[in-house]
Amino acid sequence: MNWLLGLFEPGHALGLLALDPPGWGGPLLEGLLHTLEVAAGAYIVGTLLGVLGAFGKLYGGPLVKDIAAIYTTAVRAIPELIEILILYYLVPDMVNKVLLSLGRDRIDLPPMLVGTIVLGFVLGAYMTEVLRGAILAVPHGQIEAGRAYGMTPLQIAWRITLPQMLANALPGMANLWLNLTKDTALLAVIGFNELTETSLQAGGTTKAFMLFFTAAGVLYMLISVLSGRLFALAERRARRGQPSLRGGGV
Amino acid sequence: MKALVRSMMVPHRIVLLLIGVAIFGWAIYALDWSWLPEYIQNGLLLKGLWTTIYMLVISWAVGLFLAIWLGLAQAAGPWYLALPAKGFCSVIRGTPLLLQLWFFYYGLGSIFPHFPSIRESWAWEYLRQAWPYALFSLTLSFAGYEGEVMRGAFLGVPKGQLEAARAYGMPRFTILRRIWLPQAVRRVLPTMGGETVLQLKSTPLIATITVLDLYQASLQIRQDTYIIYEPLLLLAVIYLIVTGIIVALFHLVERQVPSKRS
Amino acid sequence: MKIKSLVIAGVAVLGFAGMVQAKEIKVGVASEPYPPFSTLDSSGHWQGWEVDLMKAICKDQKLDCVIKAVAWDGIIPALKAGQIDVIMASMSITAKRAKVIDFSDKYYETPASVVAPKSATFKATPESMKGKVIGVEVGSTNQAYAKKFFAKTATLKTYQTQDQADQDLAAGRIDATIADKMALEGFLATSQGKSCCKMIGDLPYDNETLGKGIGAGFRKSDTKLREEFNKGIKDVRANGEYDKITKKYFDFDIYGS
Repeated sequence: MNWLLGLFEPGHALGLLALDPPGWGGPLLEGLLHTLEVAAGAYIVGTLLGVLGAFGKLYGGPLVKDIAAIYTTAVRAIPELIEILILYYLVPDMVNKVLLSLGRDRIDLPPMLVGTIVLGFVLGAYMTEVLRGAILAVPHGQIEAGRAYGMTPLQIAWRITLPQMLANALPGMANLWLNLTKDTALLAVIGFNELTETSLQAGGTTKAFMLFFTAAGVLYMLISVLSGRLFALAERRARRGQPSLRGGGV
Repeated sequence: MKALVRSMMVPHRIVLLLIGVAIFGWAIYALDWSWLPEYIQNGLLLKGLWTTIYMLVISWAVGLFLAIWLGLAQAAGPWYLALPAKGFCSVIRGTPLLLQLWFFYYGLGSIFPHFPSIRESWAWEYLRQAWPYALFSLTLSFAGYEGEVMRGAFLGVPKGQLEAARAYGMPRFTILRRIWLPQAVRRVLPTMGGETVLQLKSTPLIATITVLDLYQASLQIRQDTYIIYEPLLLLAVIYLIVTGIIVALFHLVERQVPSKRS
Repeated sequence: MKIKSLVIAGVAVLGFAGMVQAKEIKVGVASEPYPPFSTLDSSGHWQGWEVDLMKAICKDQKLDCVIKAVAWDGIIPALKAGQIDVIMASMSITAKRAKVIDFSDKYYETPASVVAPKSATFKATPESMKGKVIGVEVGSTNQAYAKKFFAKTATLKTYQTQDQADQDLAAGRIDATIADKMALEGFLATSQGKSCCKMIGDLPYDNETLGKGIGAGFRKSDTKLREEFNKGIKDVRANGEYDKITKKYFDFDIYGS
């Protein structure tokens, strides 16, 4: 058993996880909060971009279609880490250049905001593909029926396509959410104190790397398991009134 | 080729193409590329690219081999094999690769001082270097993700096929080798290109544990020259090209494999 | 219509949430711990010699300074891109860096030294360290120094942070590390450093790679801020505040000559 305790060296290891200083439980939970905040923000940004991208790809003119295709292809072909690094410097640089040329002062873009925008931009490309597939799966007759009732395209989108595609899109969207919560760890590389970075800082200070990496891993697993459950619930709700898939319906 | 050219001869595409060429031209003339010849000549970039590629190829091959067993254990194994396999896949898929890398490299490193005898053993030559940890983590990661995919693929093979084989009196291993596995592999083939690209995109993370891959090479260039964007842009272009090659390769393989279109 | 207004509202909320309009000076420190100069404690506060000095300078010059942690290997890009206004991260003033950013006057000085496991028998010279694996921090003056004098005979291993190099030294993965003496002394004072390693010796000075002491970094256009910092450094040196802070962490003067 001695070696097991040795894993958590030095000192009375689990005490290092205490919530109050000198324990690192507090910062770790704060890192978790930052992870969740960035992930949630990026998810909203990414979903909005995904909706625009999907509608653009399906119903846009030839130019819009091509631009959407370039966006989804390029973003998905380059490692997220490199996209994050480029955009992390580029976005504040551009914003400040524009502001300075307008004679205004520089503004501070907090890393949290930049991280949210950048991850959201990347997520949007994947979301476009998921939503596009989901929209295509909506029976065409439904849309034709809407048109026959004299609905405008926006009304059709809002009242028919969106609610029905949701059920099709949710499994894919759940996957993207799980990937996103893990991709937030990439922000550690630019020094943003999310969960992974905090665990490294705690490990570096206390030398109990094993302990803090394990603790962070458990927290990530919790996010993964809990959000998996939530998405399953959401999907069941979205499929209300649809024939059961298990029963071998359509 | 002809079809490609014709599809590009639409007014808006020509404009887009011209814009693309213009951006490319601007990037070549307006940005600072004076550092490039030096780092091509001293081999840093090439060395990095080579590391990235062999990490990708080996972790892909070994990971896929493990994934087949992980998938099989979950799809058909007894509970004492299925449960650990399922647990392994969920942990790998539920935690960031960056954290896994650091766990193995710095986490294990932090307990070495408690076991001085490790340094006498044959394994020390590998344990003291960084690339074995990188390869190990990348392989486990790919195995975890593909294990889940393989599970679905095994379960997706029609039961009738297996029953027919059993009726012919085929031994279990022969069924696996001649019927179950080939059909499962055919099922994962269409998504395999995408999964490989995802694995390629994970490789830059190994730079954080001191492995000199393509990304680490660009980091060193940035540190030497204090140039912010150009090395990263070059990196993006190289990854874009490698991604293109991977997609094309899998496209080719997919066409080679005969499949009955229903 | 609803979708469009939703998008606009979302963008607006995200946009304005970040616009902190106060005239704060954002002082960039490396997000990785660098004891005893800057470390993060478990209540989330930065502390250490350099942090105390920064606070003293800002107080002296009545500047509203806030600390912002940035990854060390991206700290100069972050300054140039405007995410931070000052670098105070034990950065040596070298000619190469001075081409890209401006420096304040030096506020401390440190030689480069070699630290190795207790069992090591070599001396701090390239000949004696032939064939060894030496850990250095990426983008540091010590990396440049090691490249110039040691790369021909030894293998260099590059780390994102000095702390990670120390960690691997304790783990036995590298044979030695070359780093700032002051930081290495800090490492050797920890229980981990005490039990594994020892100081091998200082390295001879080299102006090209090691530069002229440690200074704060500024954007080339920020002359006013740089002068305020220079004035602040002079003031805290004169009024005894500098020595008071130094005594808290070292038992000798680190300003140099």
